[in-house]
Amino acid sequence: MDYTSRELMVVCASRQIRDGEHVFVGMRLPLIAFALAKRTHAPNCIGLFEGGIVRDVPSTELLYTMGDSPNIAGSLWTTSTLNVMGLLAAGEAHLGFIGGAEVDRYGNLNTSIIGDWKHPSVRLPGSGGAADISSFSQRLAIIMQHERHRLRERVDFVTSPGYGYPGEEGPAGVAWRERVGLPGGGPAALITTLGLFSFDPENGEAMLQSYHLGTTIEEVQEQTGWKLRLTEDCRETVPPSEDELRVIREYDPQGVWTS
Amino acid sequence: MSKLTSMTGAIAQYVPDGSSVAIGLALEPLIPFAAGHEIIRQQRRNLTLIGPISDILFDQLIGAGCVETVKAAWVGNVSEGLAHCYRRAVEQSIPRAIVTEEHSNFTIGLALLAASLGVPYIPTRSLLGSDLQRKNATFRQQQSPLDGSPLLLVPAVQPDVTIIHVQRSDVDGNAHLWGSLGVCVEAMLATRNVILVAEEIVSREVILSDPNRVIGPSFKVRAVVHEPWGAHPSAVSGFYNRDHQYYHEYHTRTRTIEGFQQWLDEWVLNMPDRNAYVAKLGEERLLSLGIKEHRYAAPVDYGY
Repeated sequence: MDYTSRELMVVCASRQIRDGEHVFVGMRLPLIAFALAKRTHAPNCIGLFEGGIVRDVPSTELLYTMGDSPNIAGSLWTTSTLNVMGLLAAGEAHLGFIGGAEVDRYGNLNTSIIGDWKHPSVRLPGSGGAADISSFSQRLAIIMQHERHRLRERVDFVTSPGYGYPGEEGPAGVAWRERVGLPGGGPAALITTLGLFSFDPENGEAMLQSYHLGTTIEEVQEQTGWKLRLTEDCRETVPPSEDELRVIREYDPQGVWTS
Repeated sequence: MSKLTSMTGAIAQYVPDGSSVAIGLALEPLIPFAAGHEIIRQQRRNLTLIGPISDILFDQLIGAGCVETVKAAWVGNVSEGLAHCYRRAVEQSIPRAIVTEEHSNFTIGLALLAASLGVPYIPTRSLLGSDLQRKNATFRQQQSPLDGSPLLLVPAVQPDVTIIHVQRSDVDGNAHLWGSLGVCVEAMLATRNVILVAEEIVSREVILSDPNRVIGPSFKVRAVVHEPWGAHPSAVSGFYNRDHQYYHEYHTRTRTIEGFQQWLDEWVLNMPDRNAYVAKLGEERLLSLGIKEHRYAAPVDYGY
């Protein structure tokens, strides 16, 4: 079966969504993952969009941004950013999606600067809602292009906290989030162009759970800036089903986000 | 008394050099580009821009040299990626160095909410342990006096002026806004000076027929500007859709300083006003962005 790596990432993202969940939908690929989950295994999930939108049906047209008018028409609630992010802050989002320029082995994400804070080599756009989504979501799913300079031992700047870092006060992981006072559960999945990672909440470390068809654990290691840990059942990613690909291509027929 | 003003007049009077301006508050839709372009034409300097994300408008104002400080969660191009002028300003001080006060969408909303409520700060558990907390010197961390848990205190941000694009307004600034609201309401209530830019000017009776849809009290409004297509290339629910291609062209053309300058000349500096800009867009483009299928809400009954 023929599919693009973005289509596979959308499928992996969609599979993170459980039926009936409240999903804090981020920019780009998650917009399609939400539509895919709704039309396949999670017909009762609800999408929260930070501009101030709550929906229980996907938009009838492909979205370039979550604020596009097709995402407003037919929504359950259009309201303020603070109302929707307030739901998030109060723990109502079971799953949140974010993407970024860099992620590290503890699921900390950088979308602010590459290099030194005072003299950055690249100024990235910043948090948007990402830092809030990572602070509050019960489970966080991160979507990234898999390249060695993006998956790093330690990111240059923690925009969106994952499991922090080990230090004198204790280990990384859920314990770190409790120490600093973050209410959300932390990263549950890192979805990349090469594979899917889950996280060990005890020490916050990413573990390769599956690698996509056409790659190998060795290649994933080559493109990853830390020494891989594998889950006990690490294997090849289950490829997209025909049904999943059909729904994606109906929603994004020109391949705007998925080509 | 009518507050109807030209865009030139509204910007000249209410956006002086050095002012703090909240603009682009509904996230991707309803961005007051017409107001931003007039700020550029009037060569305002040393502005502080306040907003959550700023889908290319902050980039344009930064590239044109109007900006000293940015208090925002995100500066970029939502459908395309990085903001080239923002990058040049931060990385190379071109056309000038700028100060950034890093926020998230939630914390910038809380900062405006605090100002709207007249309190010095609002606590949250967001951003704890992040570098945003460390690098934004205005944030403080404190234990909750009630349960001892760590809290981030987000100080109030009070804009000198808030500029909001709305679907329709009367001449007094009683205005209807619908769709996703972003932080428009908080930003309106956080300031004493609001400029409303409206697609349509309607009678007071139209607005008062549905007071639940009114964005805020018109006594905050100093100027009402009638500017159809004033939010292009962003979307206005019920009026026009987002012009994705325009964002793409902007992204491509502004990679270099020269490219940005040409873009700025073509779309802003050589345009005497918004009418000229709309004429330049042309009938065909306007038609393609227009509403294909109207979806009217059922009327509500305020009877008694």
